[in-house]
This record gives sequence, C-alpha cells and structure tokens, in this order.
Amino acid sequence: MPKNPNIGHPSIEAHPDLDQWIEISKDERILLHTGKVDIGQRISTALALIVAEELDVDYDRIDVKRTETDVDPNEGFTAGSMSMQHSGKALRMASATARRHMLAIAAEKLEVEAESLEVENGLIQSRETNASITYWELMSEQKFDIPVDESVAVKAPENHTKVGTHVQPKGMTEIVSGRMAYIHDMVLPDMLHARLVRPPHYRAELKSLDDGVVARLAESDVTIVRDGSFLAVASADEYAAVKAAERLANAAEWDLKEGLPTAELFEALTSNERVSLPIAPGGAPVEEPVPALDNPPENAAVTLSARFEKPYHMHGSIAPSAGCAIYKYDKLTVWTHNQGVYPLRAAMAEALDMAIGDIHIAYSPGSGCYGHNGADDAAFDAALIARAIPGQPVLLKWTRDDEHAWEPYGSAMVCELRGSLDADGKVIDWSHESYGDTFMGRPAPGRSGSPAEKLLATHFLEDPLPWPIMPPTMGPHVGVHRNLEPLYNFPEPRLVKNLVRGLPLRASALRTLGAFGNVTALESFVDELAEAGGLSPVEIRLNHLDDEKAKDVIRTLDEKMTAAKAGEADGLGAGIAFSKYKNAAAYCAIGIEVEVNDEAEVLLKRAWIVADAGEVVDPDGLTAQLEGGLIQAASWTLHEQVTFDGGGVTSRDWDSYPIIRFNNIPEVETILMHRPGEPFLGAGEATAGPTGGAITNAIYNAIGLRLRRMPYDPDAIRSAAMN
Amino acid sequence: MSKLKLNVNGETHEINADPDTPLIFVLRSQLKLTGPKLGCGQEQCGACVVLADGEATNSCVRAASEFEGQEIVTIEGLSDGESLSPVQEAFRDEGAAQCGYCTSGIVVATTALLTKNTKPSPEEVHEALHDHLCRCGSHRRVLTAIDRLIGEGA
Ligand code: FES
Ligand code: FES
Repeated sequence: MPKNPNIGHPSIEAHPDLDQWIEISKDERILLHTGKVDIGQRISTALALIVAEELDVDYDRIDVKRTETDVDPNEGFTAGSMSMQHSGKALRMASATARRHMLAIAAEKLEVEAESLEVENGLIQSRETNASITYWELMSEQKFDIPVDESVAVKAPENHTKVGTHVQPKGMTEIVSGRMAYIHDMVLPDMLHARLVRPPHYRAELKSLDDGVVARLAESDVTIVRDGSFLAVASADEYAAVKAAERLANAAEWDLKEGLPTAELFEALTSNERVSLPIAPGGAPVEEPVPALDNPPENAAVTLSARFEKPYHMHGSIAPSAGCAIYKYDKLTVWTHNQGVYPLRAAMAEALDMAIGDIHIAYSPGSGCYGHNGADDAAFDAALIARAIPGQPVLLKWTRDDEHAWEPYGSAMVCELRGSLDADGKVIDWSHESYGDTFMGRPAPGRSGSPAEKLLATHFLEDPLPWPIMPPTMGPHVGVHRNLEPLYNFPEPRLVKNLVRGLPLRASALRTLGAFGNVTALESFVDELAEAGGLSPVEIRLNHLDDEKAKDVIRTLDEKMTAAKAGEADGLGAGIAFSKYKNAAAYCAIGIEVEVNDEAEVLLKRAWIVADAGEVVDPDGLTAQLEGGLIQAASWTLHEQVTFDGGGVTSRDWDSYPIIRFNNIPEVETILMHRPGEPFLGAGEATAGPTGGAITNAIYNAIGLRLRRMPYDPDAIRSAAMN
Repeated sequence: MSKLKLNVNGETHEINADPDTPLIFVLRSQLKLTGPKLGCGQEQCGACVVLADGEATNSCVRAASEFEGQEIVTIEGLSDGESLSPVQEAFRDEGAAQCGYCTSGIVVATTALLTKNTKPSPEEVHEALHDHLCRCGSHRRVLTAIDRLIGEGA
C-alpha cells in the first residue's frame, strides 16, 4: 500500500486530540483552534472554509479562535507560507474525523445506518426515516475525546461546494466599520499606558537622568521604570505617558560609545569577515570548502557577470508595535501580535528567569507584520514594565520612531553572478554568490544561541545579554540562500552563501528572507544572458525548465501579456520574471509594464500574476496576498532603503523612509491555475522575488538601462544614465 | 485641564482634557472611539483621519480644542448601527483591506472625496489618498472599490 502522506503530520503529531482542534460550541456554532495567527493574510478565512467543507456547516457559523498558549495548538511561527500545509491540513483531517464520529453516534441514536445520513449546515438527517438531529444537540457540550485520525477519508475535491468559492473574509465587516479590536485598542481595568525612551542607537548606554525631571514626573502620577539603559514611563492616561516620555527623553544623557560602523555598506558586505558555504543540489549549504570560480568553459560563446545590491528594508508595519502585560502573584500574562506565542513564551521565560508554566501568552491582532517586526520586542518591553509595576495591566505602544529605528530589518544583500552560454543558447556555466546578514533573528528556542538574546531589551538591562551572533542556517532555502538555487536546469551551478559579520544594523526575518534579493538578481541576469544569446526572455526560461507546472505559468503569462500588448505602446517597457518559492511552494510568473518619465520616476502601469498554488481554498484571499506581495515588493524595489550613520538609524519616519503610494499602483490581473486535489503550496510570499526581477527587466526594456542597485529611484536612474 | 465641548458623530460631549491633547487621544481614550488609529502621530500616514466639517483631517497632532465647534465624524459614525455606508460596503465587498489598520482612515478619506465629488478623476482619487499609506498592498482593491462607487454614482 502506498504510504499515506498525511501520517506523521507535524501539527497532529504534537496535538493528536480532536478536541484541541474542533469545538462544537453551544451557540450552534463551530469554534476552530489553530496555532496560526491571522495577520491580515486571511488564514482564518481559509481555515474556516476547510472546516465548513468537511463538516458541512455554513461558513458563517465557523469561528476561529485567536491563538493562546496552553489552549491552542503549538504550531511554531506563522511564517514561510506554511500555514495551509500545517493548520489547513490538520484541520481538514480533524473536521473529517469529527464528522465521521458524529455520524456514527447519530446513527445509533436515530437507529439508522450511518450510510443513510446526510448533513446540511450541521443538521444530520436520515434519508430512510427522515429522523434528524443537529451536531449541537448531539454533542451538547461534550468533548469528542478521540484522536484525529490521519487516515480518515476527506471529501473528494469534485464534491467541494465551499472550498474554492468566494466568501466574505472573516473580520472584514469589523474592519470597514472601525469595530475591529486590535491590541492597540485593549482596555483592562486599572490599565496603565506605557511608552519607552530609547537610546540613540544599539550601542549607547544611559549615563544619567536629570533628577529634577524625574521627581516632577513622579509627582504627576507617572511611573518611571528603569533597568540599566532600559527606560520607560507609565501612566493611567495615554497622552500623559506620551508627554512624560518626551520629557524624560530630554532629561536623559547617553554615552554613545563607539557608534555604528560607518564603512560603505555594499563594500562591507563583500569584504567583512564571513562564513562561506557552498549550496548543494536541493538548496541546502554543506560544510565544505567553497569551490573556486574557474575560467569559463572553452565552449562558452557568451560569458557575462553582474553584481546586484539591495539595501536594508523595513517591515514598516503601519501600526507601531505594542504589547500588553500583567504581572501578578509571580505569574505573567501577555498579549502580543507576534507570529508565534509559544516560541515567544520560551524566550521570555529565559529572559525573565521564570518557569514556562508561569507565563501565559495570547495573540491579539496588530497591523500586518510581514515577518519578524517589533512585535516580540514590544511584548517583552511590556512584560518588563509590568514586572516593575506588579498587579496592574500595562499596555505599551512603540512610537513610529521606535518602530522605524529599532525593528529588525531585512538584511542588505549583494549577489554576484556569472553565467556562460554555448553557441546554441544553452547555459553551460553558472555561478551565484550571495552575501548578507542573518534572516533568522526570531526569538525561538531550538535555534542556535539563546532565544532571550533575540529580545531587544535584553541588551539594555542592568545585566545585558550579548547581541546574538547567528551561525549559518543549514536547511534548504532558509536565510540568505533562500531561492539561491535556481529551478532552471543549469549544469552543476556554483552556488555560495556568505553570512557576513560585523554589519551595522539589526536584521531578522522579513517576508521571503533572501529570496527577494536572489530571485531579483538571477531573473534579471537570465534576461541579460537571453539577450546576449539572441533568445527571448520566455525562450531562455522555457529552454531551461523541466517542470511542466513551471513552464505552464510562464506560458500563460506570455499569452496574457502578448494579448494585452504589454510594453508595446510608445515609451513603455515590459519585463517578466519567474520563481517557485523555496523551489517547493507556489510557482509564480510575473509580468510588469512600466514607463520611466522625464523626472526619471518609474511608473508602474500594468502587472500580471500567474500563480500555481496547488489546491486553492480561498481564491479571493490568495489573490489579495499575491497582489499585496507584488505591491510591497514594488515598493522595496523602487523606493526603499534604511539609512544610517555612526549616530544611528536615520530613517525614522515616513519622510525619511518613503514607501509606495496610491499614485503608482499598477492595474493587476491575477490568474490562479486550477489544481483541485493537489497539495496546498504556500503562496503568501510567492510574488516578491519575481516582482523585483520583472521591474528590473521592464525598466531595461523601456529605457535600455539595467539597474543593479536598489532602490530604483530617480537618482539611481539618472546616475545609471550618466554611466 | 480644561473643559472642551466636542461634537462627535452627531453628539455633543463635554470633556476634561489638557488643552494641547491631540484629538485622537480624546476620541480613543475618553470617547472610546477606537476606529481612528495611531499610525505615526506625525501627520504622515493617514491612519488617524476623521471628518471635520466634512474634510478629511488628521487627528494625531492638532489639539482637540482646535476642533471645538466643528462636526467631527469618525469611521464609527459612518455606519448606522449594523447598516454600513455605501463606501464601507464597497470596501467590504471588494476585500479592500488585509490587516485593516490603514482602512479606517482610507474609508473616511474616500467618504470625504465622494461626498464632494461623485465623479473624481483618477488623479483626484490619487490626490485624496496621497497621504494614506498601506503596507499590506491593499491599494489595488481600494481603487477598485472606489471605481465601483464612482460607477454607481455614490
Ligand atoms: S497617525 Fe495621524 S497621520 Fe499617521
Ligand atoms: S491593509 Fe494593512 S496596512 Fe493597509
């Protein structure tokens, strides 16, 4: 018998009890539990559809529990486009188990054959006798008390009536009416509002505080919390806390120490000390010496090389991070908008020297985070303040300045490529080296180093922890080397990951990790080779792919763009790019049409997304994710770079860190390949890399300039034109 | 502390607040209207936008006292109980939000725009939303929702 691919599902292995996933609530509704959190990517909508489908209950009757420790499954982080493979699959098996179980009891109760039973919106009815009972009558607050059966039969895709249809996303009415409750809106009895006073930069230390100001603040019912260089204020009135933080900031004197390193960033990326590892087939690094870059092969008809540079990018969440905490009777309760309550709990337990069982953490929504933003740090800051003011809830909010200057950025990267074609236009030699800092700075146990070290405030306490130095991650397609290995069948590519030390800014996971830089560089470079070899961008890609699904998305894109005459009008240009995220998740081909105007601004005219994400549960939500990823990546490409000098980060607001605006949003057409019954392929991050590549290629097509350093702002375009 | 009289969502409220308190803190803390969001506190992102005498206005910097005598409407004031305004409905139906943190300000700004001008040009739409930032990339759907409202002559 073939092995059942569901057996050994990680989420079910960890949480085998059905009751941990599905609850038949008393109010004739169904409550589903998940370890994945909805950060605006509509995972709750997709999960509710899956459960509605398998249970035959209307989608509107399904509620999705917000994850909290001890109550909901531990599914690690909501990251890497893995939620459907994890929670989606787990809940499908759980719901099918629940349905089968309830039908069996119903058959007994109604004294009919289980086969004669049908379910409609939770009403179980016998075709033979018409006798009926609802899920809720049947269960009346009982637990299932059985394990999830990983070999349970789930509905055949052709019988799906809910999965794959358009539904109103969970929470949408609340959002548009202003009733959606975010962590920032929390109110608890006797709650204090807190604000931080941050040092000027990572290395600064608090030298002194003006005693007079401290005394006056204390008189005005403001509590000052200080632990080493960690400084905060708390007050019952939020605006009083805002003002107190400003006054305290003026009363603080900092020792600036040696400041931040000021060497030219891209220079530092390729000259600093580093760990260099070759990437083996399959996309994982190996502990072996890096092979030398030999001379191009004898039969090379064309050899080109290129170097791409991408600066640090921010997550740039629209809401500055926040955290809420109560410390009472030596126990800590925390609310956070981070992507994994369980990993954060382990990190906090270590940082606060508390037992894991004495900490309870619940998810409460923030704004979109796109990876590891300030959420974990803000939760820990709130916990520190709450511990200093026991018994009273504390809601801490970061300011815009805090978020801009202190979040862990997506690392700057350099990619160096060389490739050769033979006389037939076949790639016969390929080298791609990437340089960057870690993307793995999340506070998580089980990863190298202490998770506590990855909580920002631990470096500023009286007894500070050292800043983490992350070892290279060795899995396939993680960190700097995500999508470094091309899906193209280039013979024995030379692929090298360089994890660079001594870089100036704090870095961690930003949507797609290294894939954005790697895919942009490689997809732009493939176009350069195509041109040199007399091939079209579509030809060179199709010629080097074996995977039919990959070819399908590229062909479909080509048809769409040809029909739409993309880039053909005067003054316009169009470009394409492709990637399969992590070479394991969704396939995505993107086309972009641009105009470069007289002010040297890149205007995005039209965009096409063709994606194969396997089985699609919530087509509308998936499309929104793909489009949103495209717009965000276009923003990175055209506008963004975190700036800094020896005195610290200088991108401290939306003027000094501009992002895309409503006046440069392309028309977007999204085509999802129809693949019912295929496995879910994570798609939340699929569009970013190809977007960078397609814009680079479109600009070249429009004005003949191949840009290799982001952002592609007017300065970059003018200076490329001069050279 | 001084006394303020504010007209918000059709009701008059007497409030005690420091006269320099920005409007958003009065709305959120004292009137429990948490629809307006604090995104930057620097008049750079639009998350805090409310209507003041029909104009889309940032509430994060200007003092509440400056709004005395004006009719303030927050996102909560746009719907009538459970029934959403046409702009809210269009945003909901087009799925014009992901995390939704920017949405309140954008819905209010769109309402201000379409109240004054039922057929704005694309440039006028871009102008009206220029200072509204969205990081999730919901822009396309917002523009589609607005196109739909323009088509319906809302
Ligand atoms: S919060 Fe007012 S503009 Fe950003
Ligand atoms: S929907 Fe998240 S910031 Fe706009």
